[in-house]
Amino acid sequence: MRIRPLAWMSLPLIAGGVTIGCRQDMQDQPKYIPLRSDNFFADGRSARPVPEGTVARGLLRADKVFYTGKMGNDFIDRIPFPVNRDVLLRGQDRFNVYCSPCHGRLGNGLGMIVRRGLKRPPSYHIDRLRQVPLGYFYDVITNGFGAMPDYAMQIAPRDRWSVAAYIRVLQYSQNASINDVPAEMRGELPSQNAPAAEGPKK
Amino acid sequence: MSQIFHHSTNTFSRLSIFGGIFILAFLVWAWAELNASDYATRAKVPVEQPVPFSHEHHVGGLGIDCRYCHTSVENSSFAGIPPTKICMNCHSQIWNTSAMLEPVRTSFRSDESIRWIRVHDLPDYVYFNHSIHVAKGIGCTSCHGPINKMPLTWQQASLQMAWCLECHRHPERFVRPRSEVFNVTYQPPANQEELGRKLVREYKIQSLTSCSTCHR
Repeated sequence: MRIRPLAWMSLPLIAGGVTIGCRQDMQDQPKYIPLRSDNFFADGRSARPVPEGTVARGLLRADKVFYTGKMGNDFIDRIPFPVNRDVLLRGQDRFNVYCSPCHGRLGNGLGMIVRRGLKRPPSYHIDRLRQVPLGYFYDVITNGFGAMPDYAMQIAPRDRWSVAAYIRVLQYSQNASINDVPAEMRGELPSQNAPAAEGPKK
Repeated sequence: MSQIFHHSTNTFSRLSIFGGIFILAFLVWAWAELNASDYATRAKVPVEQPVPFSHEHHVGGLGIDCRYCHTSVENSSFAGIPPTKICMNCHSQIWNTSAMLEPVRTSFRSDESIRWIRVHDLPDYVYFNHSIHVAKGIGCTSCHGPINKMPLTWQQASLQMAWCLECHRHPERFVRPRSEVFNVTYQPPANQEELGRKLVREYKIQSLTSCSTCHR
């Protein structure tokens, strides 16, 4: 069969038409995905700042004690919900993520960032901090203290209480004596004064 | 009437029949390879950012947990790019006169966002969710690669559908214990398949491969 010259000549046109059709409209749809920028707003953010005073559904902070750690003007010295092993493990998890970079995994204030030049926070194991009520830790996490910035954005309110509970665990553990260990379990302890493992997380 | 072509041209015609098939096959193969190459997927190409942020330093060197900055990775589809305030948690005191970090301080003072360049840009018709993957024992490095060794961040995987399906069809080859999800130096054990099958049962991992799992 002989192909007509006209057909040959239309080939580049067809090829052109096919490639013009190759657009990225499905890949890049005119919609907002998280943190996509947009020139519609002067600051370029599609994620709009929440207007002051807005309360999202389910996030009304009516329980003042829970959300401030205070009863009246005084810090409460309890966790405002039942504490069990899961709460302490959650506290440990959050502590190791958000607090240990400075406070160290033992709470002695010798975390990695401190070793790189940040102001050393006090150890949790000094008398003053062993005496403070639990609500104090909640308040410091929420509002910051001294050189420490607040962690309100990074740690949810319930988790702040879990961290406060875990700080107590650290305080007990670092001030424990051999008499606190049941006699039948003492054999399982490593030798006395073994150096505590502390260092960058693997 | 004499023959137009010499007898030896038969060989040429046979060769060209074979050649037609093989050349076509080669072209298809080459196209597929090219399409999946790092060049086409932009994988393993470090991305220039307004501030040359180094995961190698912050994760590998300092041991900061992924979640310190990517706070919403456990609860949201989006892992979260840290707001400038999180940078300033440390950098208000450390390297606080460094010229390299001036854009961070400027952003903090002016409340204008730092315009980070998105490294992992999925097509908009794919609905990926970080939280479910993390909750089911898929580690950060399974997809993001050796993040603790990236001086500038790059996309490690192709992000092509074949790559997604590799794991969606065989989750037991990639799943790890939940406690190791954020461990950036985790190496799968020798008995990965065995452990994987156990974890798949324990975490009730479904091998979801229907289209609407990701395309909704």
